[in-house]
Amino acid sequence: MALETQVEIKPQRPWQSTPRELAPTFYLLVASVIASWAIVAVTPMKGKLAYAFLFFVFGTASLSINKGRKLGRAAAVDSIASSVAMTGAFLVFLPVASILFTTIQKGVAGLHWSLFTQTMFTASYSDPISKGGLLHALVGTLYLIFISVVVSVPMGILTALYLTEIKGPGANFIQFIVQAMSGVPSVVAGLFIFASLIVATPIKASAIAGALALSILMIPTVTRTAQEVLLLVPMDLREAGQALGATQWRTVATIVVPAARNGLITATILGVARIAGETAPLLFTIGGSDKLNWNPFKDYQGALPFYVWKGLLLGTPESIQRAWTGILVLLILVLVLFILARTLGGRKMKSK
Amino acid sequence: MTTKPAAPAPREITTKPRLSDRIFRGTVTGVGMLSLAILTLIGLFLALRGFQTFKSEGFHFISGVKWESVTSDNGTVTNNFGVGAMLIGTVLIATVALVVGVPLSVLTALFLTFYAPERIKRFMVSVVDLMAAFPSILYGLWGFFVLMPMVQYWAGLLYEYLRWIPIFNAPQPFFERSPFVAGMVLAIMIIPIVTSVSREIFAQTPLDRIQAAYALGATKWGMIKAVVFPFGSSGVVGGAMLGLGRAFGETVAVFTVLNIVFKVNLHILYGFGGNVASMIILKWGEAVGSETKALLAAGFILFVLTLMVNMLANAIVKRTLKSGK
Amino acid sequence: MSEDTNNGDEMSVDSAAPTNSLADVASAHTAARQPGNAPMGSGLEARGIHAWFGKHHALENVSLDFASGTVTALIGPSGCGKSTFIRTLNRMHEFIPSAAMAGEVLLDGKDIYSKGTDVTKIRLQIGMVFQKPNPFPSMTIGENVLSGLKLAQLKMSNKEDLMQECLERAGLWNEVKDRLGAHAGGLSGGQQQRLCIARALAVKPKVLLMDEPCSALDPGSTLRIEDTIGQLAQTMTIIIVTHNMQQAARVSDYTAFFLSEGGPGSMIEVGPTNEMFSRPRDQRTENYVSGRFG
Repeated sequence: MALETQVEIKPQRPWQSTPRELAPTFYLLVASVIASWAIVAVTPMKGKLAYAFLFFVFGTASLSINKGRKLGRAAAVDSIASSVAMTGAFLVFLPVASILFTTIQKGVAGLHWSLFTQTMFTASYSDPISKGGLLHALVGTLYLIFISVVVSVPMGILTALYLTEIKGPGANFIQFIVQAMSGVPSVVAGLFIFASLIVATPIKASAIAGALALSILMIPTVTRTAQEVLLLVPMDLREAGQALGATQWRTVATIVVPAARNGLITATILGVARIAGETAPLLFTIGGSDKLNWNPFKDYQGALPFYVWKGLLLGTPESIQRAWTGILVLLILVLVLFILARTLGGRKMKSK
Repeated sequence: MTTKPAAPAPREITTKPRLSDRIFRGTVTGVGMLSLAILTLIGLFLALRGFQTFKSEGFHFISGVKWESVTSDNGTVTNNFGVGAMLIGTVLIATVALVVGVPLSVLTALFLTFYAPERIKRFMVSVVDLMAAFPSILYGLWGFFVLMPMVQYWAGLLYEYLRWIPIFNAPQPFFERSPFVAGMVLAIMIIPIVTSVSREIFAQTPLDRIQAAYALGATKWGMIKAVVFPFGSSGVVGGAMLGLGRAFGETVAVFTVLNIVFKVNLHILYGFGGNVASMIILKWGEAVGSETKALLAAGFILFVLTLMVNMLANAIVKRTLKSGK
Repeated sequence: MSEDTNNGDEMSVDSAAPTNSLADVASAHTAARQPGNAPMGSGLEARGIHAWFGKHHALENVSLDFASGTVTALIGPSGCGKSTFIRTLNRMHEFIPSAAMAGEVLLDGKDIYSKGTDVTKIRLQIGMVFQKPNPFPSMTIGENVLSGLKLAQLKMSNKEDLMQECLERAGLWNEVKDRLGAHAGGLSGGQQQRLCIARALAVKPKVLLMDEPCSALDPGSTLRIEDTIGQLAQTMTIIIVTHNMQQAARVSDYTAFFLSEGGPGSMIEVGPTNEMFSRPRDQRTENYVSGRFG
C-alpha cells in the first residue's frame, strides 16, 4: 500500500473538458460555417434555411466523425444525439427570442404618454396612434384581474386545502377534475358564461361576466400551484400543531397557510399571468367597449387583449400599429408578473 | 379440547371533531366539490342551449360540412349546420402541431434533463415557462407577421419536392394562411406543456437503472435508449395528448393566421381551412337566434372532445409518474 | 475448472457456519482459498484518492492496491466514505453534479482519470453491482444479460453461449434457463441481483465492484451471492462494500476498514482478512470488528 504524502490537495474534476479539449469542437463548427457558406454560394440553394440546415448537417456530422474516430461507434452515435437534442432546444428558444424582439421593435414605435390617459371613445382605430389611447382597456384589464383574483384565489386555495389537508374520499377524483378543468379551452369558458349568465340572468356583458369566465381558467392554475406549495410544508409542522391540542382548523390557519404564504402568492401571480392575456373568453362576455367604464357590474367593458384584437381585425397600418403597442403593454404586464413569481417563489411556472 | 379465548371486540376509536373543525372541513370540502360542479355546469349549459340544434340537425351536426342559414324571401329560415369540415380541420391542424411540436419538446426535455449544464438549464426552463405565459393573441400576431412569411417559403419547398405525397399537394401554389401555417403556430404554442410534462417524467426515471446503464459502459444516448425511453415513453404520449387538447381548443391564434373557409381541405399547404374554436368566434359576431344556438352546440362538441383527450392524457401521465416511485 | 467448482462447494459449507467467531470464519476462508487463474496483471491501484461533494470533503487520501484475483472487502460504519470510494474506482462518482476528486486510479498501470480516457471503456472493464437489484424491467432476462454489450455497441458472436456462461457463473442458470424470454421483473430479489451480476459479467470486466450487494436481500439469497463471489474471485478482482462483518470474513481475502471521525472519511487499516479480524493493529479497528461501535 503506497502511502503518499501530499502537501495540498485541491478538488479536481478531471471529467470536465478543458478549453483545450473543446478547441477541436470549435474548429469543426467554424469549418462547418465556412462549408455551409461555400455550398450556399455555389449551388442553387439559398436563404437562411439552407444555411441553418447545412450548418446543422456539417456540424453534427463532423463532430460525430471526430468522436467516432477517437472513441468508436457508440460515441459517434452519442455525439449525434447530443447535437440533435441541443439543436431541438435551440429551435425552441428561437421563436421566444423572435417574439420578444418583434414585439418590442414594433410596439415601441406606438408608445406615447397619452396612450395611458386617453380612450378610444373619440378616436377611431385607423386614426394615427397619437390620437386616442388604451386607458379604458387598461382599466378593464385591471378590473378583470382584480375580480378574477377575488373569485379564484380563495376557491383555488380552499380546493388545494381539500386536496392536501382533508384528503377526503373524493380527493383523487377532485384532483382529476381539477386537471381536466385546466384543459378546458378558453373559448368554451366564454361560451359557458354567455350561455349560463348572459342569456339567463340579469348579469349582462360586463367586467364581472368576463372575470367569471376567466376564473374558470384561473382556478385550476391556482389550485395546482397552491397544492404543490402546501405539500412542501413539512408533515411534522402539522403534527406538532395538533399535538399541542390545536384543532385542524387552527393548525391550518396559523401554521400551514402562513408557512406556505410566499408560495400561495406565487400561485396567485401565476394564475393572473395565465388569464391576463386571454382573448377568446372576453369576446363573448365583456362587449369590448371603447369607452372608459368604471362600473365593473354594468355595461360593456374594454380590455387590453380586446384592444389588440380590434386593431388586428381592422387591418389598417395604423390599427395594426395599435395592436402591436397594445400587445407590448400586455407583454410587459405578463413579464412583470412572471419575474415577480420567479423571484418570490423560485417555483416553476406551470404551463397552460 | 381447549377453547380458544374469545377475541376481544375491537374498540372503535372515535374523535368527535370540534365545531370549528367541522365548519372548516365542510367549507373546504364544499369548495373542493365546486370544481366538479363547474365542469358539470359547463357541459350542462352548453348542451342545454345547443339542444335545439342537436335535435334539428341530428348526427348531421357532426358529419355535415356546411354551415349556412338562409332566409328566403317569404321570411322562412332554412338552417344547415354541420361542424364536420371544422372537426376535420381541427384534427388536421392539431396533427401538424403535434408532428412538429412534440419532437422539439421531447428533444428539449431530454436536453434539459440530461445534457444541459446547470446555468443553461435554468435559463431554458425560464424560456419554456415564459412561452406558456405568452398570451395566445401574441402568438397570433407574431405568427401572422413574422412566422407566416417563413412558413410560406417552407411550404413552397415541401410543395416543390414532396408534392407526390397527397397532403403536400395543392390545387395551386397558394400557401398563405394555410392549415400548415396554423399548425406551425400551434406547434410552438404546445411546446411548453409537452416539454414540461416530458421533463417531469424524464426526471422521474429511476436513478438506479440510469446508474446500471452507465456502469455497463453506456454512453448517454445508450442510457437514454435503454432506460429513459422504456420508462417514459407512455408518459410522453400522455404529454403529447395534453398538447393535443390545447391544440384542439386554441382559438385566437388560429383565427388570426388561418383563412377560415367552410370546406374540407386536406391539402395542408393550401391557403384555407378552419377549426371548431376559431369558427365559433368567426360566426359569433353575425350570429342570431338559431345560429347562436348552433355555435353553443359546437362549443359543446369542442368541450367534450378536449375533455376526453385531457382526461385520458392525465390518466396516462399519472400512471407513468407513479411507476417511477 | 473442476478445481474451481470444488472450491466453491467448500465455500458454501463455510458460509453456512455463522456461529463461528469472525476470526475463525476468516481463517477458514483463507485456508480454503486457492489461488485462482485470474489473468496476471497489476490489478487496480488507488492512489491518494480524495472526494468532495461541493464543499464537503467526504473522503481523504485513500491509497489501496487490489491485486488481481483477490476479493477485498471495505468495511466501516455508515458515512465513512466507503461507497464514495468504490464509486471513484469506476468513475461513477462524477455523476453527482457537485462532485470533485483528487488522486489517481490505475488500471493496469494507466490512470483512468487521465485526459483522453474513454470513460465508457473504463466502465466496461470495471463492472459494478449495486445495493438494490436494478435489472432493466423493459427487457427480458436474456436481454438483460446481454444489455451491456448492446449498450456499448459491442459485437457479440455467440449470444446463447455467452448468456448461458454468464448466468451459470452468476449461479442463476438453472433457475431461469427455461424462461429467458420472460421479463426480469418477475424474478425474486435475490434472483434479480444475480441477474445483475450476470449482466455485469457479460462485458467481461477485469474488476467487479459490489456496493453492498446483499443488503436488500434475505439470508438465503445472500449466501447464494456469496457463493457466486467465491467462484468469480478465481478469474477477476472483486471489491465489495459491506456492512456485514460476517460477510467480509466469509468472502474476502483482504479487508480495509474505513472510518470518519467527524471529518472526511479515511482508511484506517488494511490487511489480510484473517489478520484484520484476529489481531487488528489499530485500536479503532479492533473496537469496530469486536462490535463496540458502528
